[in-house]
Amino acid sequence: MPVALAAVLQVGFLVLLLAAVHVPLGNYMAGVYSGKRHLRAERAVYRIGGIDPDSDQHWSVYARSLLAFSAVSILVLYLLLRLQAYLPLSLGMTGLAPDGAWNTAVSFVTNTNWQWYSGESTMGHLAQMGGLAVQNFLSAAVGIAVAIALVRGFARQGTDRIGNFWVDLVRGTVRILLPIAFLAAIVLVIGGAVQNFDGAREVTTITGEPQSIVGGPIASQEAIKNLGTNGGGFFNANSAHPFENPTAWTNLVEIFLLLVIPFSLPRTFGRMVGNHRQGTAIVSVMATLWLAAVTITTWAEMRGFGTVPGAAGGAMEGKELRFGPAASALFGASTTGTSTGSVNSFHDSYTGLGGGVTLLNMMLGEVAPGGVGAGLYGMLVMAVLAVFLAGLMVGRTPEYLGKKIGRKQVTLVALYILTMPTLLLAGAAITAASPALVDASVQESGPHGLTEILYAYASTVNNNGSAFAGFGANTPYQNTALGLAMLFGRFVPIALVLALAGSLASQRKVSETTGTLPTHGPVFVGLLGFVVLIVAGLTFFPALALAPLSEALL
Amino acid sequence: MSAFLKQSLAGLRVLLVMTVILGLGYPLAVYGVGALMPARANGSPVVVDGETVGSSLIGQTFDGDEWFRTRPSVAGDGYDPLASGASNLGPENPDLLATVQARRAEVAEREDVDPDRVPVDAVTASGSGLDPHISPEYADLQVERVARVRGLSDAVVADLVAQATTSPELGFLGAPRVNVVELNAALLALEE
Repeated sequence: MPVALAAVLQVGFLVLLLAAVHVPLGNYMAGVYSGKRHLRAERAVYRIGGIDPDSDQHWSVYARSLLAFSAVSILVLYLLLRLQAYLPLSLGMTGLAPDGAWNTAVSFVTNTNWQWYSGESTMGHLAQMGGLAVQNFLSAAVGIAVAIALVRGFARQGTDRIGNFWVDLVRGTVRILLPIAFLAAIVLVIGGAVQNFDGAREVTTITGEPQSIVGGPIASQEAIKNLGTNGGGFFNANSAHPFENPTAWTNLVEIFLLLVIPFSLPRTFGRMVGNHRQGTAIVSVMATLWLAAVTITTWAEMRGFGTVPGAAGGAMEGKELRFGPAASALFGASTTGTSTGSVNSFHDSYTGLGGGVTLLNMMLGEVAPGGVGAGLYGMLVMAVLAVFLAGLMVGRTPEYLGKKIGRKQVTLVALYILTMPTLLLAGAAITAASPALVDASVQESGPHGLTEILYAYASTVNNNGSAFAGFGANTPYQNTALGLAMLFGRFVPIALVLALAGSLASQRKVSETTGTLPTHGPVFVGLLGFVVLIVAGLTFFPALALAPLSEALL
Repeated sequence: MSAFLKQSLAGLRVLLVMTVILGLGYPLAVYGVGALMPARANGSPVVVDGETVGSSLIGQTFDGDEWFRTRPSVAGDGYDPLASGASNLGPENPDLLATVQARRAEVAEREDVDPDRVPVDAVTASGSGLDPHISPEYADLQVERVARVRGLSDAVVADLVAQATTSPELGFLGAPRVNVVELNAALLALEE
């Protein structure tokens, strides 16, 4: 079969799978967050936590619960990493230094999974499964909870209550993430992903040399790391490692996992606001942008533009043979379009154009389709902006789903949209302006070096976690600064989204008139896609022109 | 502030319960199911004459002329599972360009072929540094040398290559590939 045809069939097969699953999964998730009944296991958790699961929270209380839970999570994970030498299953690994433990604790609690370390030489099994993997579940559940709270803001009226954070957290974990992750982990074991509690086992190879075959609870972590759009690899090589991603078909399973919840949540949204066409419009924009990114990246990697790929006969540096360029590009475009950041091939060695698309994907704010929850609330914020812009053009009061978009809502949206670029460009500028910081971390000279810096801050502020890994991130300055980038990049937008949810929920719905902009047709889909591109384009074009664009044109 | 503290205590208790469920219960449950397929869950070992000589998923370094070579690796000193990873060198990097050109010349000389016939996987390092596979083209290039050094016919060695070759799953997933660890293990078994 010609490789181009195989590449098209692979994407088509994935789209069919997602199209088949997103309706039932989206409906199921809507039921999970709307139902009144609690499972017995959930009641037990609420009792231990001292929580009244039937009390609805004001948005500020919801935000306070979320921030308190995340603060405690960071602290506990920090202590676990610092003290791992004294804990069981440490495999003889030492505790982490303060700057590294801070960075990793923030990284996993913010759903980023930026990794300055190599798992196989830094983390014992308890740190991996009892610390990092636990946050893979919980940070994902937090993201979905925020999206659901915003959807309730649109769906409810005349109330200042947007749900109960603890209930949303526990249900998302127990009823959505855990069952899917369990099934997926078993599928990965069938494919050859390792699941045991061994350390490194010494074997004598075919030629009589020693080799250490590593073990660990890998499949269980691999499943949730992709499903929860987390991305932190058990090993340094992440999903390129054969024990994490053994075959070409497990590779497709993993890509499916990292896309399935983000592409299903618009259905949940449509169902909860009582109009499926609204969800269809949102998912259409997400799918179009994702497909465009996949197409460009795949084309660039299969053609192998650039000096080294030209001399080698293809862009295979940093890629696994069992995947090849097409399946690598599909993974790369999907992991940066969601907020996952797991990689099955190394973006630093991608062609200038292919690597540039992975960077641009993050700069769009990761809304195509975005991280679990974060993608939906990011796209809904953009939809509010699109409605507002359309309202300005025709001189009418803008409204979305019957809620007026007034001064307060637009202020919150504007602050949301400014947060990510401000943190990204300020962080990257500080590093780029300091010769000492450049010397300490930047590997390549010229535009590729600037891309490495931009990529690091785009990845952390957007809670992605992938890297142009030539960038030496393990310095006390970068560990601290990137940790702050992840922290503010996650929780400032979340606080703004919850405030927006509260302000929307308290409004009464206005009825549609002939002057109302329909937000479910192709016109709105086009407008929303255009707004996403134009906001990112206006913000980042100068930086992109200096870095990947000039590299691609060199 | 006291409200925040109260929420934090609730959060701590929820976190601890969840850690037991997600951090211990979940991986143990997957481990339990994995125990039904021990070879897969334990890294797909390759066994020759009762001895485990590696994993079919993890590549090894093969230096002698009697072996099929794997791809270049930058994991430690080559195929070190304790140091998985890629070069991360960019598409315009002059050092990487020189390395690729040197690898091409070396492979062409070793296999006694025109440098233009050396395939891309022979001159690039993989993402994991542990890639056990090479392309059928790179394997074909090596058949004659391995057969000559081992005193076997080309047909016998080519047959072993065919047995170690996997086609793309469903016809369109991944690339055709030859597992070098399994191939060389078959050569070792033939010796004994």
